[in-house]
Amino acid sequence: MLYRENGQFKTSYRADQAIFPIAQDRIAIALMLAVAFLVVPMLASDYIFRAILIPFVIMALAALGVNILVGYCGQISLGSGAFMAVGAYGAYNFFVRIPGLPLIPALILGGLCATFFGILFGLPSLRVKGLYLAVATLAAQFFSDWMFLRIKWFTNNSDSGSVSVNNLQVFGMPIESATSKYIFCLAVLVVVALLAKNLVRGSVGREWMAIRDMDVAAAVIGIRPMYAKLSAFAVSSFIIGMAGALWAFVHLGAWEPAAFSVEVSFRLLFMVIIGGLGSIMGGFFGAAFIVVLPIVLNQFLPALVGMFGIEISTAGVSHAELMIFGALIVWFLIVEPHGLAKLWSTAKQKLRLWPFPH
Amino acid sequence: MAFFLETLIGGLMAGMLYSLVALGFVLIYKASGVFNFAQGAMVLFAALAMARFAEWVPAWTGIDNAIATTLIAFVIAGTCMFLVAWLIEKLVLRHLVNQEGATLLMATLGITYFLEGLGQTLFGSDIYKIDIGMPKEPIFVFDSIFEGGILVNKEDIIAAAIAAGLVVLLSVFFQKTSTGRALRAVADDHQAAQSIGIPLNRIWVIVWCVAGVVALVAGMIWGSKLGVQFSLTTVALRALPVVILGGLTSVPGAIIGGLIIGVGEKLSEVYLGPYVGGGIEIWFAYVLALVFLLFRPQGLFGEKIIDRV
Repeated sequence: MLYRENGQFKTSYRADQAIFPIAQDRIAIALMLAVAFLVVPMLASDYIFRAILIPFVIMALAALGVNILVGYCGQISLGSGAFMAVGAYGAYNFFVRIPGLPLIPALILGGLCATFFGILFGLPSLRVKGLYLAVATLAAQFFSDWMFLRIKWFTNNSDSGSVSVNNLQVFGMPIESATSKYIFCLAVLVVVALLAKNLVRGSVGREWMAIRDMDVAAAVIGIRPMYAKLSAFAVSSFIIGMAGALWAFVHLGAWEPAAFSVEVSFRLLFMVIIGGLGSIMGGFFGAAFIVVLPIVLNQFLPALVGMFGIEISTAGVSHAELMIFGALIVWFLIVEPHGLAKLWSTAKQKLRLWPFPH
Repeated sequence: MAFFLETLIGGLMAGMLYSLVALGFVLIYKASGVFNFAQGAMVLFAALAMARFAEWVPAWTGIDNAIATTLIAFVIAGTCMFLVAWLIEKLVLRHLVNQEGATLLMATLGITYFLEGLGQTLFGSDIYKIDIGMPKEPIFVFDSIFEGGILVNKEDIIAAAIAAGLVVLLSVFFQKTSTGRALRAVADDHQAAQSIGIPLNRIWVIVWCVAGVVALVAGMIWGSKLGVQFSLTTVALRALPVVILGGLTSVPGAIIGGLIIGVGEKLSEVYLGPYVGGGIEIWFAYVLALVFLLFRPQGLFGEKIIDRV
């Protein structure tokens, strides 16, 4: 009864092509945004901001970027961590070398660095695909790990490759407190998500999806594979690069190359697959799941095991965490290979028919 | 010249170990089309089991003979790998038939995490030594030709011999036995193989078992060289470019790719590394494989990929 589009008539093409054609969706989204921007900052504690909310928002942004490449264009990538690293160090270099550069241009310049890097390492995708490409993108990962550790110029001649930034400001307002960091990241996420959603609905997005579904057939009907694949690499690595810059600048503050190791690439891929390939919403679900899960396990596992009278050491917790993490991933893939976003859309479908099942 | 040859031999030896790990990848990809990221975790798990049982067996049974202990530990570790293979088929692969390659890849990543956790929970996470009684002292060969001769580790030679023996054994298994023929049939076409009565599930268990044994041998050799520790899983990442260089579906490709990568890594590190700051062996193999893929996308010995609409 509550979620139904009966009686909502559209009289223009614009209305028909809206992102959320159903009024209830628009209201729900507006409410969620209001909660995220206004209510959450009032309720959440500093710990929740730093441990959960800020990582979630930034990782959701990165997962969005990965989803464009993997979910929409079908190019499996294990090099996302490298794109994040390039974004972070690129932004850092502009930030230190140009005095007085504001934060937002630095982020965008970092994203552009990642774009160039992404296009460069996207070139093999013109020749190889699928699992071969997945391995080939690992080259980007190991190359960037090495580059930022060994080439001193990128890290402003720091010995260990670790660098730090401070005095972040946006439009004259300092980004120091957890709340302001959260609001800033959330604003970036909302803007980028809106742009990405429109991009994948448009002609570019349809080209990507055609390439994903069958690239030979797409080429036959006149889609240029080179243009489509490289544009997907470019857009995706721009977003991932921005997320990397945010992660480094806003979340970590001081970081070293190990912050963007191959583990990060795996986690981003997990987010996309668990959240749902080829869905903007999926990135959010996946990021929430992957960010929150380790924290929940860490908090509750000792207590849970303690109920059975077993003491568990810190190493034991981390091993058990690995096992549960792995098992959950496998379980998710078996139960819902299309990800959490599919569950979400199934729920919406059911809601439309409720209370009648057919 | 002598130094070059020494580097070359060192590279060949390292490459052979990569080949062993890569072999595990190829076996599973050939027979089930699954890109098994968990191979590295399997190597770690097998090596941990081997190291610990070699320690525990004498304590439990009082056997004092080194060879007997090694053999018993090997058999027990092999049984563990069989169990792991059986469980993976039973719990994971069976439910993921007909899913896309990406999903299966992710599933093996999940298995990786699980095995890493399980291995360390069961066997502990310290650094262990595997001692299978290999002679450690280096020998010098060709000292009549070069001044001072070329330094070769006896251990490396034995390891090479074991690896070569394993490859011969595997090719005999694939070419001559009926199970081997069934494996090759499944590799060619799942449905056709099924229609002539080859049980897919059993074939998968067998193939994961074989990969497990290969992992055990690889883990044993690595472990006796460098000790068993968590970083063994990264060996799998080092072996990945080997697989794409040699082709995902080719056993000889894995061997030759491994040797090329091993030699390339060592030579590049020694002769190129000083100019660019060192440590390049981590990415050199990847970039080598990447450049190579631009010219031959299916790898050296891989089957040509034909796309039809």
